[in-house]
Amino acid sequence: MRKIVLAVVAAAVVGLVAGGASAGMQKVRIGTEGAYPPFNSIDKSGKLIGFDIDIANALCAAAKFDCEFVVQDWDGMIPGLLAKKYDAIIASMSITEERKKKVDFTHKYYNTPAKFVARKGSNFTITPEGLTGKSVAVQRATTHENFLRDNFPGMDIRVYATQDEANADLVAGRVDLGHADSVALLDGFLKTDAGKDFEFVGPDFNVPRWHGEGAGIAIRKGSDLRAAFNKAIKQILADGTYKKINAKYFDFDVYGK
Amino acid sequence: MLDLKGYGWMLWDGVQMTVLVGVGAMGLALVMGLLGAWGKMSKSKAGRATADVYTTVIRGVPELILILIVYYGTPTLIQDVAENFGADIIIDINPFVAGLTTIGFIYGAFATEVFRGAFQAIDRGQIEAARAIGMSQTLAFRRILLPQVWRFALPGLGNVWMVLIKATALISVIQLPELLRNADIAARAVRLPFTFYFAASLIYLAITVVSMLALQRAEAWANRGIRRA
Amino acid sequence: MDFQVIVDSLPRMLSGGWLTLQITALSVGIGLAASIPIALMRVSRNPLLWMPVYGYIFYFRGTPLLVQIFLIYYGSGQFRGALESAGLWTFFREPYFCAVLTLTLNTAAYTAEILRGAIRAVSFGEVEAARACGMSRGLLYRRIILPKAFRLALPAYSNEVVFLFQATSLVSIITLLDLTGVARIVVARSFAVYEIYITAALMYLVVTYGILFVFRRVEFRLSGHLRERPGMAGVMAEEISSAVAVR
Repeated sequence: MRKIVLAVVAAAVVGLVAGGASAGMQKVRIGTEGAYPPFNSIDKSGKLIGFDIDIANALCAAAKFDCEFVVQDWDGMIPGLLAKKYDAIIASMSITEERKKKVDFTHKYYNTPAKFVARKGSNFTITPEGLTGKSVAVQRATTHENFLRDNFPGMDIRVYATQDEANADLVAGRVDLGHADSVALLDGFLKTDAGKDFEFVGPDFNVPRWHGEGAGIAIRKGSDLRAAFNKAIKQILADGTYKKINAKYFDFDVYGK
Repeated sequence: MLDLKGYGWMLWDGVQMTVLVGVGAMGLALVMGLLGAWGKMSKSKAGRATADVYTTVIRGVPELILILIVYYGTPTLIQDVAENFGADIIIDINPFVAGLTTIGFIYGAFATEVFRGAFQAIDRGQIEAARAIGMSQTLAFRRILLPQVWRFALPGLGNVWMVLIKATALISVIQLPELLRNADIAARAVRLPFTFYFAASLIYLAITVVSMLALQRAEAWANRGIRRA
Repeated sequence: MDFQVIVDSLPRMLSGGWLTLQITALSVGIGLAASIPIALMRVSRNPLLWMPVYGYIFYFRGTPLLVQIFLIYYGSGQFRGALESAGLWTFFREPYFCAVLTLTLNTAAYTAEILRGAIRAVSFGEVEAARACGMSRGLLYRRIILPKAFRLALPAYSNEVVFLFQATSLVSIITLLDLTGVARIVVARSFAVYEIYITAALMYLVVTYGILFVFRRVEFRLSGHLRERPGMAGVMAEEISSAVAVR
């Protein structure tokens, strides 16, 4: 009961404040998933951590925004933005034409390729013909799912609500391969205890038509946050903040070409 | 036997949330049930039609689909409607609210049927007598029908509760931290899925048993003073 | 309202619907067949028979179906070693098998309870008469009790079949592409939340009422002896049918 009352009061208060501009720093709510290490995840104490979180904080400092984070499951990420649950999405969301129909994107803030993973010693030929009939675990509503459906139609594509669940079924031996962002697979799976018997197989995949230009910040169409965030991205790239955050998580350049 | 590896507290948090959302949804279901029964028995065609559409649609569609529609669809709907009127409202449909209202609405349809049968089981003569001495519809409802309906409605409502409390497990799909979802998270953390899902299932069984006992008590209370044939 | 999205995704949704119907039919069929011996064991007076069955029914009716699905699908992963050595892992590996297994176990428990109630509702007079003319236990069940019980169970069983049909939507959570599973991935790509989910809801609605319609016709055919004979005077018909109606 209390939660309902709180939710209603919170909604009312936010609704009252939303209309006009507030004094002082602009309040910006940022939506993120919290289930995609090392980019965004929730640590044992319930705090959001990760590359996306650090970048978001850096951008907010550069753009002089007062930012707060809102956790949302991946399926509801764009609907939540459109429903004004938050004002921007910083959750490793790839910039694609399909998504651009619904939302606007800033310039990218990183770009890493996708790869397949499989159990060590398995001998898969990573071609559409070679993988026909094989099963692959992928997260629902991602560019990776779309890429597989359009380019590897002969595969048995199993979709999961989170990357973690996809990895779990791969470990359990229910599917033959996994397919996702190479960095998320490396840090979130291969380097962990669960993924020790697995390895990358096949080439990098980074086709703009499916993978877009990289990960960007999604905002509602017509919002003035786009220009502000673009400026902030340029700023942190120039003044070395980006390099610092990059080095904290990766030993290679995630910004890409 | 069941080594929960220190994650037992997650199940405890989860069951509290389950009971909370279940009781809330049951409350909503009771309200919707009374409204629906009133609609079905009303003289106006519109009232009957609305109530009929309500029970027909809700009972013909899977709960999972309804939960997905409410959680992913409603915010956008309200946004679109509000924009047409030029208002800038922000509605936060969090998993708790979405889950509670959906489950409450669904089981309100079942409760409607229970209440309808229960109201019809009350002796017509009592209503006639109430009208004869000049009681208004509302007064007759409040003082004659409502106190007596529980005796007939409790068994059916008890069934609705038993199904409803298990249906709360579906809200885990939209990430509400109730019992099943927490069991899920714990199971993944220590990679012992069977242990945690089995423990969760035993907790649901315990809720079932407690509910059955409470219902027996409630039925005894509702039937106080009635001579049994 | 974007109707083009609905038209474009209709073939995929129909194939998802086909999977839904397959799973429903399999689970209903096997579950019904299994429920008869289970119900018979449940009404037995022998504790060795009714106690384990009571435990099974109590467990499957007292826990949510989703928990049962997770228990069998994800839980079997915890015992992969044991299952592999028993040669069963190839089955538990597949979500289709796990889904049908869980739904079957679940519906068998509910159906057995419905049958139990129906068996007990068969009027004792008939049972007495059958015993009086020397029918054996087996013959008594086969000729008198079970046929009657099935007819009595029909209304409640029709609800159970509808419930099972709608419950198949849960298999989308273990990666099966039934109607709900297809709807979720289409919505994820197109963001047409209302259009797709409402279409899926309508498809479920139509089949649900189809199932209920079929059951009502079956009930109608089977209860001919309880209705008025055509062409008889009103009072005569009532007297005769009330004498014959040995419900």
